[in-house]
Amino acid sequence: MIDFSRNHFELFGLPERFRFDGEVLERAYHALQSEVHPDRFAAEGESARRVALQSSARVNEAYRALKDPVDRAQYLLSLRGIDALVATDSALPFDFLERQLERREAAAHAQDAGDTDALEALLTGVRADCATLERRLAALLDADRAWDEARMRVRELKFLGKLAADIDGMLGELEA
Amino acid sequence: MALLQISEPGDPLPPHERKLAVGIDLGTTNSLVATVRNGIPVVLPDENGHPLLPSIVHYGERGVAVGLAAEALQALDPQNTIVSVKRLMGRGLADLADARRFPYRFIDEPGMVKLATRAGIKSPVEISADILRALRERAEASLGGQLAGAVVTVPAYFDDAQRQATKDAARLAGVDVLRLLNEPTAAAIAYGLDNAAEGIYAVYDLGGGTFDISILKLSRGVFEVLATNGDSALGGDDFDHRVFCWIIEAARLAPLSPADTRLLMVKAREAKENLTLHQSAPIVTALSTGEKVDLTLTADLFTAITQNLVAKTLAPVRRALRDAGLTPGAVNGVVMVGGATRMPQIQKAVGDLFGAPPLTNLNPDQAVALGAAMQANVLAGNRVAGESWLLLDVIPLSLGLETMGGLVEKIVPRNSTIPVSRAQEFTTYKDGQTAMAIHVTQGEREKVVDCRSLARFELRGIPPMVAGAARIRITFQVDADGLLSAAARELTSGVEAAITVKPSYGLAESDITRMLQESFAHAADDMAARALAEAQVAADQVVAATDAALTVDADLLDAEERAAVDAALARVASCRAEADHRALVAATEALNRATGEFAARRMNRSVGRALTGRRIDALT
Repeated sequence: MIDFSRNHFELFGLPERFRFDGEVLERAYHALQSEVHPDRFAAEGESARRVALQSSARVNEAYRALKDPVDRAQYLLSLRGIDALVATDSALPFDFLERQLERREAAAHAQDAGDTDALEALLTGVRADCATLERRLAALLDADRAWDEARMRVRELKFLGKLAADIDGMLGELEA
Repeated sequence: MALLQISEPGDPLPPHERKLAVGIDLGTTNSLVATVRNGIPVVLPDENGHPLLPSIVHYGERGVAVGLAAEALQALDPQNTIVSVKRLMGRGLADLADARRFPYRFIDEPGMVKLATRAGIKSPVEISADILRALRERAEASLGGQLAGAVVTVPAYFDDAQRQATKDAARLAGVDVLRLLNEPTAAAIAYGLDNAAEGIYAVYDLGGGTFDISILKLSRGVFEVLATNGDSALGGDDFDHRVFCWIIEAARLAPLSPADTRLLMVKAREAKENLTLHQSAPIVTALSTGEKVDLTLTADLFTAITQNLVAKTLAPVRRALRDAGLTPGAVNGVVMVGGATRMPQIQKAVGDLFGAPPLTNLNPDQAVALGAAMQANVLAGNRVAGESWLLLDVIPLSLGLETMGGLVEKIVPRNSTIPVSRAQEFTTYKDGQTAMAIHVTQGEREKVVDCRSLARFELRGIPPMVAGAARIRITFQVDADGLLSAAARELTSGVEAAITVKPSYGLAESDITRMLQESFAHAADDMAARALAEAQVAADQVVAATDAALTVDADLLDAEERAAVDAALARVASCRAEADHRALVAATEALNRATGEFAARRMNRSVGRALTGRRIDALT
């Protein structure tokens, strides 16, 4: 069925790099699931179905890991033996943290005031920073192979992702 | 000369080798069974041509009635006529916000509520099984053979307890479940295949008791759910209930008996359905106390008293769009599913949110069953060459584990594509700790008390170690039905210790075995007793309907006609006390004939009333 020893990129037949084509990944994903999904084996024996279940779950996991930029970057680093998110040596850059703290405070004020426009603006800003970081990561991981700096940028990207999700949540609550 | 059977071109299996598979829509208000015949999905009607089976079960003195026969008895015997049992599946008494709304005698049990009926204490699983059994029998009679299996649909927003309960009900009914399929996804199959649709579609499914919104991407034969949300305790029933409350207020009624409650709920529903096509609906009836109700509900008033219910459906829609990362404008079309979506105010609200009128070319009552039948056909192995599609569905609610301080750690986030397998490592907090209690929850909240408890199990036999040294990996696996299985293993010792899983929702394996044995015992009843029971149920139905009609419209009959009806009623009553089912059937038929003209006049009268209500607005 599926060779579990292959890494996520190999599974989808994609080059091992950060920069990628979402369309290509999606096609590969659909093609694989068409082969291994449990629904394909409903009329077959118990063991065929069990294997299908495990294989399909594996394919879903790989797809999820590659689709999300933070997970993809983290995964690439892990293939080099680097654990991106262990907060060992250095803390995040001070000005980065300060900027995000300012944003959090602004979001809290906007939330209290019910100001969805302000929240939308903050969210747009955070997402723009995420896009910039992703471009930087592509350069660091694919071209420069600068793993340490990449590690720091991944942590920043993850931090921003959490901030974006929180602001999104605040907007969701105000709309409901 | 014998006729030779000839297969359809492209059909891989000759007819006698095709597996008999059906799709079952087990709805809150109505249920259906459908199959694929000659490549086309069709709903299987009952012997009188009715496609819908009301999801109503009556426990009578001599037997169980399901569907139309049971429906006729709900006002007469509300405590033993169970409607909307789907609202009780996998729910405890504390979960039911509106327990007093039901006329049933509830028994509070951990995990899932039970009902005291004339036929003993029944679990919602057993009651649902009675409905499923009736559908299975209908299908087998229609298709002329035993079913190989069925795809049974569930609301997308059903949690693990509700899904498990549904699967158990199918088992009890002798239905082999090929797959539990989410209702919006089933409808998307019916729509997508019918229209060769590609793009982003939302399915807005408002049934009798549940609401789902699913956002799907359809491309190259792949149906991928991007996000799903909903409310498994919101549906057309709640709109009925608003009208019911309005009737009580407007007519200044005293507290009602269960029978009158059920009667007015039926009237409320009729009015609601009436308002889909008319600007006003009459509500005219008499209660058992003699109080009369004579009201008119206008469309505007109905909209006003139910507008917060409509708003309640829109919040999950916005959440699903957010989870999918989409704006309403990015959606190519909204497919409406479920009888309740016929309400004009619903169509308007959905159209306003998405900026385009919703798509209503699917039959909202049948779409789910048809889609399920198509999937069943594929799963049973009756694949047609060149026709294959892939369903990638999601889990609607996050799965988590209880951690210290009564908090939940989410292991599988909502809207994860299934099947999914996730593992998380935990450790011991005391030196020498040899066991760990694991509590699995489902929900989006932070605290355990605010989430649904799915299961508790214990991992025993952890080798004694210093606190924090043990590495316990807990693996969650959710299958294609959306059902969870969990396992725990201690990694340093490589030992998978004994696990006892106790499902919180209540039905243990031994309960199911016992129920199965009981149902086999009843199947051994002799045919005559069965025939008598059915005849009595049918007789009761006609008598009840006639009595109700006479209460309201007796003036439509002159003295002679009335005497004839009364005589026919008396004949039925006397035959009913006997054991001769043939005489009872004949007497019931006679009563039907005697009231035929009466029924026609009643119809004219209510049409006349409805037209009167419309005159000002529509007939110009």
